[in-house]
Amino acid sequence: MKLKELIVEPIIKNNPIALQILGICSALAVTVQLKNVFVMCAAVTLVVAFSNMGVSLIRNHVPSSIRIIVQMTIIASLVIVAEQFLKAFVFDQWKTMAVYVGLIITNCIVMGRTEAFGMKNGPVESFFDGIGNGLGYSVILIVVGFFRELFGSGKLFGMTILELTKDGGWYQPNGLMLLPPSAFIIIGFIIWAIRSYDPSQVEE
Amino acid sequence: MAKSSETLKTVTVAGLLCIVCSVLVAGVVVALRPQQAKNAEIDMKKNILQSAGLLKKGADVEEAFKSIHVAIVDMNTGKVVQDINPDEYDMTAANKDPELSVKIPAGKDVGGLSTRPKYAKVYLEKDDSGDTKTVILNMWSKGLWSTMYGFIALSTDLTIKGFGYYAQGETPGLGGEVDNPKWKEQWIGKKIYDNSNDVAFKVAKGQAQGEYQVDGLSGATITGNGVTSSMNYWFGEHGYQKVLETVAQGGL
Repeated sequence: MKLKELIVEPIIKNNPIALQILGICSALAVTVQLKNVFVMCAAVTLVVAFSNMGVSLIRNHVPSSIRIIVQMTIIASLVIVAEQFLKAFVFDQWKTMAVYVGLIITNCIVMGRTEAFGMKNGPVESFFDGIGNGLGYSVILIVVGFFRELFGSGKLFGMTILELTKDGGWYQPNGLMLLPPSAFIIIGFIIWAIRSYDPSQVEE
Repeated sequence: MAKSSETLKTVTVAGLLCIVCSVLVAGVVVALRPQQAKNAEIDMKKNILQSAGLLKKGADVEEAFKSIHVAIVDMNTGKVVQDINPDEYDMTAANKDPELSVKIPAGKDVGGLSTRPKYAKVYLEKDDSGDTKTVILNMWSKGLWSTMYGFIALSTDLTIKGFGYYAQGETPGLGGEVDNPKWKEQWIGKKIYDNSNDVAFKVAKGQAQGEYQVDGLSGATITGNGVTSSMNYWFGEHGYQKVLETVAQGGL
C-alpha cells in the first residue's frame, strides 16, 4: 500500500471514530476546549505512530502467547513518555487533562492499530498508518471541539467570538455543549454527514 | 521447536522488552524533571498571585512575583526565622517531617489536621516604600474527600483581599464549586475576626449575612464545614495569630 493512502484513508474513508466507532471516550472527555483538543490529538497521534512502529519492529520475535501484553507494554511506556513531555512543555494543559492523557493507554484506536496493522506490516508503513489514524481521530475531535467551545462558551482557543450575555453581550451559551453527552450528538451529525457523502459506509 | 526453548524465548523477549521500556521511561523522566520542577514552581507562584488578585491577565508570572517578599516565621513566637532559606522551605512538606512540625493539642484541632508545621512561609506584597500591603498565607483543611490546599490574602487590617484553593479533590459541581470564581469573589472585603477578636468568619448555610460570612455551597455541607474549620484553626491562637500580630506591629 502506498504511504499516501495510509495517511489519507483513515481521515474520511476509514475513520477510526466515525466508521470503526473506536476511541469515543476521549472524544467526549477533552473536547470542551480546542486548546486541549490539539494537545490531546498530538499526543494520541504520536503515541499511535510510535507504538505501531515499535510493535512492527519486533513483530517477528514476539511469541503470539504474549503479544497483547507486549503491545500493551510498548503503548504504556510511550504514553508515560508523552505525559512527561506535556508536563514539561505545556504544563497548564497538562493540569486540566492529566487523567485523560494516562487513559490514552486504553484508547482502543492505539491497540486496535498495533494488533491489526503493526503486527502484520513493516515499521515504515506502520508508522504512517499510525499517523493516518491519529489524524483521522484528530479531525473528528477538532470538529467536535470547535462546536462545543463555540456554542458552549462562545470562544475559540480561549478567544471570545460570541459575546456572552453575562459579560454584557448577546449570546446565551448552550450549557449542554459543556457536558460530555453533547459530543455524542455532534459525532452523530458527523457520521451522518460522512455517510451521506460516502454511502458505502452505511451498515446493512 | 522444543517446548522448553519456546518458553525460554518468551521469557527472553518479555525480559528484554521490559528493560528497554523501563530505560526509555526512566530516561525521559530524569531528563525532563528540571523543566517540570520549574513549571510547578511558576504554577505555585501563579496561585499565590491569583489568590491575592495580583495577577493581571497575560502578565508574566515571574515579573509580577517580584513585588512579593517571602519570610519564614515561627508560628509559636511570631518571630522571623533567618536560618531557613525561604526558597527551599515548603510548608506542606515540613508538615510531614516530625522535626519541622508540631502536634496540635486535641482541644484545638478544629480542622482535624493533627499536625502543623513549626514555621510559616509568609508572602508579603510591599509597596515602594517597603510597607506591607498584603499578607498571603497558606492554609489547608479536610473537605469531604480530600485535603484542600489554598492561599488567603489579607490586607493589614485583616480584611480578606482574596482566596483560592490550588489543590482539592472535592466532588465536581458540588464541593468542587469552591473553585468557582463567583463564589471566591464573595470573600473579598469580608472580615475574619469579630470585635472581641474571635474568628467569626464562616461559610453560611444558604445565604450569607453580614461581613463575616460567604454563601454556602448547595450540596456541599461537609466541604463548606471544612472551609469554615480551616479558617477557625489557621486564624485561631494555635494558627497564624502570632504571625499576624507581628505583621500588625510592622515586624515583617
